[in-house]
Amino acid sequence: MEELLSLFVKAVFVENMALAFFLGMCSFLAVSKKVETAMGLGTAVVFVLVVTTPLNNLIYNGFLKEGALAWVHPSFATINLDFLNFLTFIATIAATVQVVEMTLDRFMPGLYNALGVFLPLIAVNCAILGSSLFMVERDYGLVESTVFGMGSGVGFLLAIVALAAIREKMRYSNVPPALRGLGITFIVTGLMSIAFMAFAGIQL
Amino acid sequence: MAKNKEIILDPLFNNNPIAVQVLGICSALAVTTKLETSIVMSLAVIAVMMGSNIAVAAIRKFIPPSIRIIVQLTIIASLVIVTDQILKAFVYDISKQLSVFVGLIITNCIVMGRAEAFAMQNGAKASAADALGNGFGYSIVLLVVGFFRELFGSGKLLGMSVFPLVNEGGWYQPNGLMVLAPGAFFLIGIFIWILRWRRPELVTAD
Repeated sequence: MEELLSLFVKAVFVENMALAFFLGMCSFLAVSKKVETAMGLGTAVVFVLVVTTPLNNLIYNGFLKEGALAWVHPSFATINLDFLNFLTFIATIAATVQVVEMTLDRFMPGLYNALGVFLPLIAVNCAILGSSLFMVERDYGLVESTVFGMGSGVGFLLAIVALAAIREKMRYSNVPPALRGLGITFIVTGLMSIAFMAFAGIQL
Repeated sequence: MAKNKEIILDPLFNNNPIAVQVLGICSALAVTTKLETSIVMSLAVIAVMMGSNIAVAAIRKFIPPSIRIIVQLTIIASLVIVTDQILKAFVYDISKQLSVFVGLIITNCIVMGRAEAFAMQNGAKASAADALGNGFGYSIVLLVVGFFRELFGSGKLLGMSVFPLVNEGGWYQPNGLMVLAPGAFFLIGIFIWILRWRRPELVTAD
């Protein structure tokens, strides 16, 4: 239990998807103009991560890993479908996003309209695929990968909402014209990233 | 031919994928701690983008609009798998350093974005030119950032010592910030600043 908690904290703060691994940067920069939309995108990312990371974990351990197919027939034990990782993961993610989209449309039309175009974009958010790939690289189990997915999602939510809040305030400051927009956003993100580095010293 | 030349040259600065179109930033930041990985990553992205743009352009008339995203993703993912296997076979060390970021070429918005925005409307030849141009535009940013991060972060270029380090008896005290995440953010921010300062028409309002 304690291990899982530390894994969660580590995924949120120390190994923050956006600020330490630069994942999901495209939407991180594009959708952080307003706190409200940032919140919506962040929530959607958390949700999709919690579903897809464990799902990909099951698929990887049940079908793709070397020897994983032994349960079908003992002679399949030498088959290694490792190289299909990318294709399978991205298909799972795209399908999950589609399902989430349809569910929201049916049951929560308000949230669906608020998320609008961001939902399909999540399919190509690198944070989602990255989390699945890290899960394989670090050999997480099913429970661990759920916690890890949740943690990375919350970390992303935290970072994007914080950035959106800063950008809302920044509208009142006098930024040099050439630096306005994307340029200053990068520098602010850099400063936030320095702040998050302070967590790196924490031993869990 | 003049049109193709324009397609190749335009994305270098005027319409740079990273600095102007804001595409493909994740990998630009993550793999640039060294010049060597930046070069390999640039080549990989150019190869994948050429393949995907040509393939998408060739079958663009047969793709039903409602499933085009998944078709594009499948094409890109297959190309990335091939690239990943080639990298593992020939430059294993670098492939280990790039770790998950080779796989993340799939979700690199440049590849998707160009397939969606250009290859779906244009022929294979023009799409190849577009891929090349955007690939070079991406590589320029990667190489510039990789160059400065390796030079100031560890005093080396391509693994060869340029500034002798203090702890090896030289004079250069390495700037640790450069190899860490914030250094990359600052460098790209400054790159965009300089680019937009030289070309004021690119400045955005917000």
